[in-house]
Amino acid sequence: MDAIILQVLNGLDKGSAYALIALGLTLIFGTLGVVNFAHGVLFALGAFCAVTLQAFFSASFSTVDESRTDFLGNPLKVEVPYVEAWFGETVGGVLIDWSVPLAILLAIPVMAVVGIVMERGLIKHFYKRPHADQILVTFGLAIVLQQIIKYFFGANPIPVPAPDAFRGSFDFGVMLGFDPFTIIYPYWRLVYFGFAAVIIGGIFAFLRFTTFGMVVRAGMADRETVGLLGINIDRRFTIMFGLAAVVAGLAGVMYAPIVAPNYDMGMNFLVLSFVVVVVGGMGSLPGAVLAGFLLGIIESFASMGAVIALIPGINQVIIYLVAIIVLLVRPRGLMGRKGVMED
Amino acid sequence: MLGLNRKDLTLFLVVLGLVVFAPFLLNPFPDASGLARFNAGYPDLMQRFVIFGIFAIGFNILFGLTGYLSFGHAAFLGIGSYAGVWMMKLLTVNIVPAIIASTVIAGLASLVIGFICLRRSGIYFSILTLAFAQMSFALAYSVLTPITAGESGLQLSLSDPRILDGAAGNSIPAVNFFGITMRDGFDWAMGGWVFTFNFGYYFCATLMLVAFYLSIRIFRSPFGMMLRAVKSNQQRMNYTGLNPKPYTLAAFVISGMYAGLAGGLMVAVDPLAGADRMFWTASGEVVLMTILGGAGTLIGPVLGAGMIKYFENIFSRLNERDLNAMFDFLPDGLQGAAVAVAQMFVGDGWLLTLGLMFMLVVIFLPGGLVEGGQRIARLFRRKRPARRGPDSDRRSPQPSPHPGE
Repeated sequence: MDAIILQVLNGLDKGSAYALIALGLTLIFGTLGVVNFAHGVLFALGAFCAVTLQAFFSASFSTVDESRTDFLGNPLKVEVPYVEAWFGETVGGVLIDWSVPLAILLAIPVMAVVGIVMERGLIKHFYKRPHADQILVTFGLAIVLQQIIKYFFGANPIPVPAPDAFRGSFDFGVMLGFDPFTIIYPYWRLVYFGFAAVIIGGIFAFLRFTTFGMVVRAGMADRETVGLLGINIDRRFTIMFGLAAVVAGLAGVMYAPIVAPNYDMGMNFLVLSFVVVVVGGMGSLPGAVLAGFLLGIIESFASMGAVIALIPGINQVIIYLVAIIVLLVRPRGLMGRKGVMED
Repeated sequence: MLGLNRKDLTLFLVVLGLVVFAPFLLNPFPDASGLARFNAGYPDLMQRFVIFGIFAIGFNILFGLTGYLSFGHAAFLGIGSYAGVWMMKLLTVNIVPAIIASTVIAGLASLVIGFICLRRSGIYFSILTLAFAQMSFALAYSVLTPITAGESGLQLSLSDPRILDGAAGNSIPAVNFFGITMRDGFDWAMGGWVFTFNFGYYFCATLMLVAFYLSIRIFRSPFGMMLRAVKSNQQRMNYTGLNPKPYTLAAFVISGMYAGLAGGLMVAVDPLAGADRMFWTASGEVVLMTILGGAGTLIGPVLGAGMIKYFENIFSRLNERDLNAMFDFLPDGLQGAAVAVAQMFVGDGWLLTLGLMFMLVVIFLPGGLVEGGQRIARLFRRKRPARRGPDSDRRSPQPSPHPGE
């Protein structure tokens, strides 16, 4: 039992990332009918927002500390981050420590601008073109963005630590009444899951309970009629694209402490997120979330030592296998709507 | 002649001429001149031209004719490579069994993968093929390491059984074609030029010509017409009582076999197979080659493959010193700026150039170089009504838009 709970928990953080990316992909597909191959790179861009902010806060100048000396007796040179010099040591220290959560504030405007510029500047011109063209142009864009990230940040992963308060692990098993040391879980992963749940809840509430969301849902169902009712649906869809970009970016920001951001992280997640979208059902938001968590958890079960011993390498391919089986048995996906992309 | 009409025969003969005289045509600059670095007439690069030409021709049979965009074709290239190296390890270093095995095994793999992927079409198909390719890539690095040798790559070794060759001496025999090694050839110095004639190149080139000829025959055959029908309107095809699935699957398998052949040739000229050949960027590259040249046209993929490989070679070799020399005519400050900007695009930044090219071609020239050429040609003979080539897919009905629109 405890082993099962542990694997479910382990699957949650990856599942959250899959769910968030797949949610954005589905939002874009459902509203604009465009398959965005550049969505994974938006996830990576978010992660690099965290990297940038941390580097920015940690930028330091060297100064001579008269009170301390090195072993030769000379005054000691110390690196003082600018933020500590400006705001005092405590505030500055907190800023540096909390740079990952603070990067959310940076990522929201950055990703919104990136998303809206992408939609207005490029994708807008591809609505009337065949799907193959849309795939190809966003694929090209993904390569370009990825290479730009590589140009500025290099090819090596850059570790970004979580705030001190959330570093390390805790014994989750004891809380549930199991023996100690059976279920050890890192704090940050729990934070990530909570964060993803809030974002997902927020998106659903936004679509469900606001007028804007209602119009968008109407547009997803029948774009033409909404347009005929005198509503500028294009502008709302542009905003939805920006929103999807923000969701992907935030997923990336918070994921940075879990896996050190690397310039090609986006593409790895993208392929899996596509699989998630396909399994969940193209165009179905609940399907994307459900399939995201489901596949994350299945993947974590497949990574158990006992399972790998039974079927070697299963952890590498389990997601694809599940996707293939789902597509063969239920081509529409778990929660796919009838008539969406059923050619 | 050869069962081709006059137009196709001319095209074939032009390609034949280009391929045969490539060592001359690709070496236009004398060796001593500063422009010699833009020469492409050396064996390694010429081999890549024709091998990727085969790959792209095969991809075009699937994408150009049926419109099914596969994003995982590099998997078959990789499978072909592994099969080829294994044949060399087990049987003989003669490349004939290796190439046959790569083609056949890649064909079998594409039969299985195609059967599953073709249950869906459109985006689903693209994503499924991408998933399969990534799965093969992941497998090659993990479980299948006994077969694929993982990250170090599969290569020949002294302890290979090589049943047909018998026990070898102290060295690994060179890969050969009935005794002629792939590296055989001769240089011909003439004036300031040195032209290299290489057996490996001509061997691959011959196979490319065969592949090209087959692709012309497929394009012009009733089978080719069926594939076009799949692209233009599957529903109408169904109503006429035809089942599009077997035709599409056949096209998928044929293009998979082309990819396998290309993979086999890759290991024939350099017996080393690595899993990076199956990475999604490799799949994207062949898509780009086809699009850049012109999907659905006969000559397009060959042109595209040549161009991409040529630019890859030129761009990724340029370094800061070359750039400084190139922008020498500018004033100092501007020179520095120009070099800094240009540096993003050369060397390691070649992929950035590739991505930009990809976007520009898809945005402005969806028909590729062939369409560009036709447009230019049309400018010069305005008076006649615009005539479209038989390969242009604009004549056929366009696929219907997404139902959500």
